[in-house]
Amino acid sequence: MNVNNRSSVISVDNLSLTFETRDGPVHALSDIDLDVQDGDFVSLIGPSGCGKTTLLRVIADLEQATGGSMLVNGVTPAEARINRAYGYVFQAASLYPWRTIANNIALPLEIMGVDSATRKQRIEDNLALVNLTDFGKKYPWQLSGGMQQRASIARALAVEPDLLLMDEPFGALDEIVRDHLNEQLLSLWAKTNKTVVFVTHSIPEAVYLSTHIVVMSPRPGRIHDVIVSDLPRERSLDIRETPEFLKLANRVRDGLRAGHSYDEAV
Amino acid sequence: MINVRDSKVLPVILVVIAIIAFWYVMAVVMNTPWQNDVYERESRTDVAAVEFIQDTWSQERPVLPSPHQVATEVWNTTVKKKITSKRSLIYHAKITLSSSMLGFAMGTVLGILLSVAIVYNQALNKSLMPWIIASQTIPVLAIAPMIIVVLNAIGVQGLLPKAFISMYLSFFPVVVGMVKGLTSPETHHLDLMRTYSASGAQSFWKLRLPSSLPYLFTSMKVAVAISLVGAIVAELPAGAVAGLGARLLAGSYYGQTIQIWSALVVASILAALLVTVIGLLGRWVNHRMGLNHG
Amino acid sequence: MVNAAKPIFSRIERILIIAAGLSAVLGLTGLIVQGNLDGRLTVAGAVIVLSVYLGHQIIVKSRWSCGTLFTLASLLATVILLEKLAPGSAKETSPHGWGYWFLVIAAWLIAWAAVEQFASIRTLSTAVQWFLRLLIPLLFGSWLLLGWEFVTRGLDVPQVLLPAPSVIAERFGNSMPILWADFKQTFLKAVLIGYAIGCGAGFIVAILIDRSPFLQRGLLPIGNLVSALPIVGVAPIMVMWFGFDWPSKAAVVIVMTFFPMLVNTVAGLAASNAMQRDLMKTYAASYWQTLFKLRLPEALPFIFNALKINSTLALIGAIVAEFFGTPIVGMGFRISTEVGRMNVDMVWAEIAVAAVAGSLFYGVLALLERLFTFWHPSMRNSGHA
Repeated sequence: MNVNNRSSVISVDNLSLTFETRDGPVHALSDIDLDVQDGDFVSLIGPSGCGKTTLLRVIADLEQATGGSMLVNGVTPAEARINRAYGYVFQAASLYPWRTIANNIALPLEIMGVDSATRKQRIEDNLALVNLTDFGKKYPWQLSGGMQQRASIARALAVEPDLLLMDEPFGALDEIVRDHLNEQLLSLWAKTNKTVVFVTHSIPEAVYLSTHIVVMSPRPGRIHDVIVSDLPRERSLDIRETPEFLKLANRVRDGLRAGHSYDEAV
Repeated sequence: MINVRDSKVLPVILVVIAIIAFWYVMAVVMNTPWQNDVYERESRTDVAAVEFIQDTWSQERPVLPSPHQVATEVWNTTVKKKITSKRSLIYHAKITLSSSMLGFAMGTVLGILLSVAIVYNQALNKSLMPWIIASQTIPVLAIAPMIIVVLNAIGVQGLLPKAFISMYLSFFPVVVGMVKGLTSPETHHLDLMRTYSASGAQSFWKLRLPSSLPYLFTSMKVAVAISLVGAIVAELPAGAVAGLGARLLAGSYYGQTIQIWSALVVASILAALLVTVIGLLGRWVNHRMGLNHG
Repeated sequence: MVNAAKPIFSRIERILIIAAGLSAVLGLTGLIVQGNLDGRLTVAGAVIVLSVYLGHQIIVKSRWSCGTLFTLASLLATVILLEKLAPGSAKETSPHGWGYWFLVIAAWLIAWAAVEQFASIRTLSTAVQWFLRLLIPLLFGSWLLLGWEFVTRGLDVPQVLLPAPSVIAERFGNSMPILWADFKQTFLKAVLIGYAIGCGAGFIVAILIDRSPFLQRGLLPIGNLVSALPIVGVAPIMVMWFGFDWPSKAAVVIVMTFFPMLVNTVAGLAASNAMQRDLMKTYAASYWQTLFKLRLPEALPFIFNALKINSTLALIGAIVAEFFGTPIVGMGFRISTEVGRMNVDMVWAEIAVAAVAGSLFYGVLALLERLFTFWHPSMRNSGHA
């Protein structure tokens, strides 16, 4: 692909993370090497317990690695967080029930000290971006689950980060809504040209969205394979019927199976 | 929304009617011995049942006054008396209410401040919090007379000593509730603030404090009820001449049962009003916070 | 990077120990300036300064040793300082100069630093967590008592206002027979009997109205309302009805404990969910089978909640009811008469009895709750956040 003169946004070198628990150490991440370049859409996929969410949380400095190194925008994750380098979307929409949708989007802007005129503009822009223009005055609980998740994406985008970290954002939604949001996310990514790191456990979702699919395996959590997608950047949902798509999906499935070769109780 | 089967109104009314009916019956039963004595003294033997019952319901110092006697007394000492009169229950209620409200306000503020300190200091959380919880098992109300007398001895008089007791009683539930409330935000909400690298103060004002409000109002409901009890008990030690507690004590000295019951009724109405007001306020806040909707 | 090998002093701890060291130095200076330099006081000051220095600089490898070092230092200093406070020796060495008080503050600060150290220990071992959960409040509690002692005796606070803990303890020791008689009258008779009858009646009525949703809808709001009312106010009525002795107090306790039990049991019996009840239905279980095998176990946490609330209410009810008239024995009687005689130390002794009785009562109930409702989520993750 066009790897020419693009800069590295996230570079991970031999990273590991061990949790101390009552039952002894748990190796959540081990030997992680990864390079995410500007404009990539990277999916982390794997069975539960493979550390994909943990890796995302280390990037966001919500968790600290116990070994190896990681640079986000050329600095440590902690510095990147303080520089407010990324937007983070949780599995749950995590909207404050006592704030309207517009005020929820305003929350990070208030915290970062953005003036109210800019705030208003950004709320408007981002509501439009996720097709929620008329819902700014509504409260989160007046919206459907899919709309809430779109609002939380708008909130993450409102700080205008170049890097978007998404932790199974559509995991709790039904298939139909999820397809719709995937399509919207892709067009949004095409429009803004942001770098996205996206955690999922759905193979079609990962293949449909990503330029790079990182297949992870559990115990200890490690990267099994990085699959570079040869699908065009502009794609519609129909692409999922094409042989190229199915071939990629099969490669991911094989990777998951190989990384998960031994039977085990979950 | 008129669903007769699920409505609470009818059952409540019926239960209240049943209680009042039971009360009347008990008034007859409990006042019978005295009434028999009276008849004996008057050497009357053939009293009709209706007259007998009416007589048991209208004694001057009955063992159990009938509901309408209490109601009449309440009416006479509230609506019909001037508020400034020493015999007006509104006058006494006002005195009790003002000290309990002052104490309640002080207790709530103290409780909130303490809970913030506890939430933000590990050492306080681990050292002070167990004592606060343990002290809830202690009958603090027992200290009331001592505080009154001791404060009187050093010259603090009037509203303040009583308010101190109400404060002391009401700050416990507020601390416990607020600590729970301030630590109630879920991990992903706290993580969100962290991704914004929000400062401690920002997390507090924008997340922890709003999340704690429902807890605050729940504990304020407990606190306001107990601060009223505190003010009433604080009026019991000899010396207090005004207030609902003093009315209770005076009534018990002179065997004025109707006076005791009417003071009790007014205290109950007051408590119910206070709890209702705080409850409505809490409901309104919860509604504004969008918490009644899940 | 996770398990710190050396103590990481947070900002507040750093401030604390520096302040402790400074104030110890000031204290020693004060003693010299005032010409009161006494061997033992010097030791007290030196111990604190030394522990601050050691804690900050040299030997300390962990929060454990740091906390222990500070605790021992403050303990030693406190013992010396307290001894100087003892009546008799107090006046001649005149420790009330500012040098002395700076030493007291230093001991207090270093004790606080010790609590901070212990409080920030992170451990995975359950046993150690338990130990810490006991140790820290105990340290804090004794530190509070000592502070009380210093303030009341050092500043010559009038007895009437606030007696020193040692004075209260002495009074306690000298009045055991009276305290025991009062305890028997108020707790063993009025409280326990009233509590048993009140809780029992509340529970039985809840079971009785269980089959009548109509009665439940009628009684629940009233029960909730009554729980918020100043029920202690019925005390004078009960005294009139049942006389001065304990039955009238037990009656107050019955009235106070009845409604919380009723309301909680009814709520608890409704706690099982539809799926669980449907399961019992598929077994064609009878009403009583469902009650005993499903609904009562589900109601236990609620019932224990009421039992715990009621334990406090019962003690309050019995004591306050005694303010309205008693035979010449009982905790409430003692409190009100001794207050009248300005024997405040006796009042505090009686309050100490009430406090111990109240927390033991509650503690026993909490233990029983653990035993019976270990399966409930609120019990399973008992380690608090």
